[in-house]
Amino acid sequence: MSVATSDAPTGAAAEPAAKKKRRGGPDRRPGLSRKLPYLLLAPAVLLELLIHIIPMLVGIWMSFVKLTKFFIANWSAAPWAGLNNYKVALDFDHAVGEGLLKSFGVTVAFSLATVALSWILGMAAAVALQPTFRGRGVVRTFFLVPYALPAYAGILTWNFMLQRDTGVVNHILADNLGLSSDRPFWLIGGNALVSLITVAVWKLWTFAFLTLMAGLQSIPRDLYEAASVDGAGNVRQWRNITLPSLRPVNLVLLLVLFLWTFSDFNTPYVLFGTAQPPAGDLMAFHIYNASFLTWNFGSGAAMSVLLLIFLMIVTGIYLLVTGRRSRRA
Amino acid sequence: MRDTKGFKIYRAVVLTVLGLFVLVPLYVMVTSSLKPLSDVQGAFTWWPSNLTLEPFVEMWKTVPLARYFVNSTIVSVVATVFSVLIAIVAAFAVSRFRFRGRTLFSTTVLSTQMFPGVLFLLPLFLIFVNINNSTGLQLVGTRLGLIITYLTFSLPFSIWMLAGYFDSIPRELDEAALVDGCGPLGALTRVVLPAARPGVIAVAIYSFMTAWGEVLFASVMTTEANRTLSVGLRQYSTQTNIYWNQIMAAALIVSIPVVIGFLLAQRHFVAGVTAGAVK
Repeated sequence: MSVATSDAPTGAAAEPAAKKKRRGGPDRRPGLSRKLPYLLLAPAVLLELLIHIIPMLVGIWMSFVKLTKFFIANWSAAPWAGLNNYKVALDFDHAVGEGLLKSFGVTVAFSLATVALSWILGMAAAVALQPTFRGRGVVRTFFLVPYALPAYAGILTWNFMLQRDTGVVNHILADNLGLSSDRPFWLIGGNALVSLITVAVWKLWTFAFLTLMAGLQSIPRDLYEAASVDGAGNVRQWRNITLPSLRPVNLVLLLVLFLWTFSDFNTPYVLFGTAQPPAGDLMAFHIYNASFLTWNFGSGAAMSVLLLIFLMIVTGIYLLVTGRRSRRA
Repeated sequence: MRDTKGFKIYRAVVLTVLGLFVLVPLYVMVTSSLKPLSDVQGAFTWWPSNLTLEPFVEMWKTVPLARYFVNSTIVSVVATVFSVLIAIVAAFAVSRFRFRGRTLFSTTVLSTQMFPGVLFLLPLFLIFVNINNSTGLQLVGTRLGLIITYLTFSLPFSIWMLAGYFDSIPRELDEAALVDGCGPLGALTRVVLPAARPGVIAVAIYSFMTAWGEVLFASVMTTEANRTLSVGLRQYSTQTNIYWNQIMAAALIVSIPVVIGFLLAQRHFVAGVTAGAVK
């Protein structure tokens, strides 16, 4: 969720910042106050360096060395591999590259479906709860529960629900509704992707709902009233008022949902354990397995860097395209 | 939007479908936790053949759940306390001072949130191993390693959200405190913090939830002694048996603290999370 906010603060903070300067803020206080902000930031900076920035740089370095299990204990002595790790990862004719490519395909399908469904459900619920009615607060709070549950608790429950013989899903499909007589497997084989998407949507749609609901509240009432007077029905009001007003919210929301789902680790890990079916082999999980099952960290690091480059390119293109459009509008 | 008949039907359909989507897993979790083992090993039933609290008793014996619980609690609480303290002072700096590198700081810290965890998992693991080799400070397989790691996870979001809260508190208030003889930190603790209390609570809950629910790093950085709930709960599956009723009971118990905390503070939390996207 933190990503959701990553764009906004620059915009949100810029305005009060300008105001403060005009009031002649802290710059007039000499001495200690010049060093004070740096002192205040020091703990945060140190920790971010230690846990995020330095590891990331080390990770890039790792992707260029032959870091196999023989060098784990003394990894600075690992021999240089040049671009070899990347060549292996991107050689789609051989096992490692082929596996990575397949995993990439699965992840793209998973992300697009999960983001789309989460957004649709979130929007449907947010619109339904837009006018006040009795019990609205209760429903809203109730919808938040999947989001509040620890990820593994929710996913473990789904794991149980998706068991072939003892799970509720097949019980509903086969016994209650009579839709399928041959109880399908949900956690192995081709259905694994469907399961993965369902569980991810269950967890994520609430976040879309939250965000969209807040967005809806900021749309002025009188826009709808004016439209009503002009004879526009609810569907037209949604298309011509709600959707355009939510544009800035949607831009951030969709990007965040995509970045999250694309690097989702929890869902496949808790749902499948370490024996993941090929149809549910998401990238983050694939990299984890490739690194820790074979103890080949160099190749795992190369895959991580490739994943990062891909996410950065997608983000860049997305910001560029959407930024231009909203400037034109 | 008008409350037309069509809209009411739409609302009823949406709320029913989504309500079931949310409710069925919760229902399965709760009822299964009250079933005897034979029930969860056979075909699913909507209601226990006989209601029992036994899973809630047995679950502590099947796996060392109490130890995992203690580990998770210590790690999450300590990480939360430090994360919130560090975020408060950093957010105060970002909100109240103009200084060189301010924008650089904000963008760098926030962009680290974008990167997938698996990207720095491997290097961090190696760095921790290295620190252990060179200084003897054990970080892999100890609570300390997890605490340090987790407290950075919520930090960027906490700093950003608190800075937003601090911005909304009129500067005149802390300037008056300065005039009255408080130092900048006195102004922070006496004026700004009390006014931003909802924000601090929301950030604390967010930090706690992040640490309590973390799976990826816990799966690599823990050993039997410091295992947290997120990894420990897997151990109800043995070679011979999967104790689904106990898993569901444990999942329920593990969820209760965060769900209650979240629901109590959800108003502040939701406002904070969504403000960025909406503004």
